[in-house]
Amino acid sequence: MSSTKISMREALRRAMTEEMERDPDVFLMGEEVGHYQGAYKVSQGMLEQFGEGRVVDTPISEQGFAGLGVGAAMCGLRPIIEFMTWNFSLVAIDQIINNAAKMLYMSGGQFPIPMVFRGPNGAGGMLSAQHSQSLESYYVHCPGLKVVMPATPKDACGLLKTSIRDNNPVIFMESEVLYNYIDDVPDHEYLIPIGEADIKRPGSDLTIITWSRGYHFVLEALPEMELAGLNPEIVDLRTVRPIDEKTMYESVRKTNRVLIVEEGWPQASVGSHVSDLVQRNCFDYLDAPILRVHQEDVPMPYASNLEKASLPSTAKIMAAVQQLLK
Amino acid sequence: MSESGSNENPEIQSRLKIADEEPLIQVSGRQLERLTKMYREMLLIRRFEEATAKAYAQGKFGGFCHLYIGQEAVGVGSINTLREGDYVVSTYRDHGHALVRGLDPRTLMAELFAKRSGIVKGKGGSMHFFDKQKNFMGGHGIVGGHVALATGIGWSIRYRKSDDVCICFFGEGAANIGAFHEGLNLASLWKLPIIFICENNHYSMGTPEYRALSVQDVSIRAVAYDMARDHFEGDDVLKVYDHVNQFVERARRGEGPALLEISTYRFRGHSMSDPAKYRSKDEVEIYKRRDPLNRAAKELEMSGVPEKELSRMESEARETVKAALEFAENCEPPPPSYLYTDVLV
Repeated sequence: MSSTKISMREALRRAMTEEMERDPDVFLMGEEVGHYQGAYKVSQGMLEQFGEGRVVDTPISEQGFAGLGVGAAMCGLRPIIEFMTWNFSLVAIDQIINNAAKMLYMSGGQFPIPMVFRGPNGAGGMLSAQHSQSLESYYVHCPGLKVVMPATPKDACGLLKTSIRDNNPVIFMESEVLYNYIDDVPDHEYLIPIGEADIKRPGSDLTIITWSRGYHFVLEALPEMELAGLNPEIVDLRTVRPIDEKTMYESVRKTNRVLIVEEGWPQASVGSHVSDLVQRNCFDYLDAPILRVHQEDVPMPYASNLEKASLPSTAKIMAAVQQLLK
Repeated sequence: MSESGSNENPEIQSRLKIADEEPLIQVSGRQLERLTKMYREMLLIRRFEEATAKAYAQGKFGGFCHLYIGQEAVGVGSINTLREGDYVVSTYRDHGHALVRGLDPRTLMAELFAKRSGIVKGKGGSMHFFDKQKNFMGGHGIVGGHVALATGIGWSIRYRKSDDVCICFFGEGAANIGAFHEGLNLASLWKLPIIFICENNHYSMGTPEYRALSVQDVSIRAVAYDMARDHFEGDDVLKVYDHVNQFVERARRGEGPALLEISTYRFRGHSMSDPAKYRSKDEVEIYKRRDPLNRAAKELEMSGVPEKELSRMESEARETVKAALEFAENCEPPPPSYLYTDVLV
C-alpha cells in the first residue's frame, strides 16, 4: 500500500474534505475557518471547494455556535464545530455537557447528536495560562461523549473520518504543537475505529500508556531509554473515552510495570482514571506501583524555561522509568 | 367594558405594566372555529395541570414540576400558527406547549409518573418532554441554554432550503443569559426562520423583573440585533394567534427572525415547591380576573356557542385527563436495563 508523508493539519483537512464530499449533511463551522483559511490553516482551501454554505465563519460566539451545532444535529445534520482552541470551549461547556452529551438520554433515545467538536488542545509555546491547557479530563468525565486524541497524522485522518460518521457527539482534540508534525499517511481511503488503542512500539520491560502529545514526550525520551538498555512497550490510547481496556491490560500483564504520561494536570485526570482501572484489573500482575508523569499542578507560566519545567520531559520520564525498574 | 379591575391598584398595574383589557369580541366562521379549537386546548392544559398538581401533592411523582396555569393563551395562540413540519423548542415549563403541539396526554402523564411508557421512557420527567414525530424539540432545564439550540434548528431549516419555521419559548429570566444573546445575534446575522417568544410572567423564580432586567420590555433587545419585534398582553388567545402569525409568515418568507415579548402570569408558584410568597394576593387576583380561559369562554358565548357545548368541551377535557391518569397509574416503571440504554447510539 502506498503512502505519503503529510502534516497533521493536512491529514485533518483530508479527513474533513473526504467526508464533506461524501455526505452533504456535513458542514464545518467556527471562527476563521473560511475566509481566513483557518486560524491554524487546518481548513485551508475548504471554503473555495465547498462554499460559504458549508464552511461557515462565525462571530466570536462559542456558546452560540456550539449550541447551534447541537440544534442542527438534533435535526439530523452532521456539524463539525471548530473551536479555535479548546481553551475557548469553556464558555460553551454548557452546550457540550448539558445539551450535546445528554440529549439522547433525556429524550429517551429520540435525538442522537451526530456531531464533532474539534480544535487544538494543550500547551502552544509561551502562550501562558489561559491559552495552554490540556482539557480532556473535563470532557472524559461526562457520559454521552466520546473523546478522541490522535498523536499521528495517520491516526488523525482515520479517526476524524470515523468521528464525523459517528452518531454520537465526539470531542476531537488535536495538539496545537503537532500541526506541523509530518508522518506517513496511507494514500487509499481508510477509517480507524474509535476506542481502539495502538501499540506504537512493542516491548517487554514496562508499559507506557499515553495519548496525543504525551506520545511525543515519550518518543523524545525513547533514545535515552534504549541507550539504557530498556525495552518499553508504548500504548497510544488514541481514544480516551471509551478507553481500550483490553489492549492496556494485555500489555500490563506482559510487562508488569506501568508508566502513564499525559500533558495535563494530575488531579482527577485521564491518567488518574487509567491508573485506577489498571490497579483494579491487573493488581496481581503489578511488580511496582503505577507511576505517572504529567504537567506540574500549576497554571501554565509564560517564561519558556518555566513552561518547559511545567511539562513532561525526558528527565521526568527517565526518573520515573528508573524508579519503576528498581 | 374592562372587568380587569386593574384600576383598583394602579401601583401594581404600573409595576407589572399590565395593559388594559381588550374589549371582548364576537367572532364567526374560521375565527370561531379557531377560537373553539384553542379554547379546547387551553381547557385541556388547565385540567391536565390541575390533575398534575393534585397527583404531585399526593406523592404520585417527584422531581421539579413547573405549572403553566395562567399562561395557556400564550402557548396555544402561538403554536396554533404552526403547520406540521415546523419546530417547537420549550423550557422546563413545557407541559402546555407539548399538549398544544399534539403530544399524547397519556404518555406525558406517564412520563411525570416516571413510567416506561412515558414520552421519554421515564428518563426526563416534567422538564424534558421530547417528541421527534411532532418536531417537539424538548423541554430544556438550563434557563436560556436552549435558545442556542433553536438557532441550530433554524440553521438546519435553511441549510435544507425548507420553508419551515421554529418557535422558541423562554421566560424573561432567560433574557439575561449569554446563550440568549449569542443565539439572537447569530439568528439575525443569518436571517434564520425563528420566532423567539419571551413569555414574560414577571418573575424568574422569586425575583421580579424590575430587579433583574435592565429594560422594561424584553423585545426592546431585538433592536440590538436588528431584529423584528413586538410586545403585547397574552390573555387574549386570538390576539396572540394573530400577532404571532404575522411573524411566523414573515419568517417563512425568509425575512428573518423576530423577538416577541408576550406578557403573562403564572397563577401558581415557580414550581410545586414554591408558595410564591413574594407576590401579593392583590396582584394575583388582578391577573386571575384576566384568566385567558374565562375570556375565551365569554367570547365563545357571545359568538353564539351554547352553554351546553361549552360544558361538553369541559367534560371532554376532564375525560382526556382522567384517561391519562389511568394510563399513567397502570404503566410499569422503567426496567433496570433502561439505566444503561440511550447513553450512546
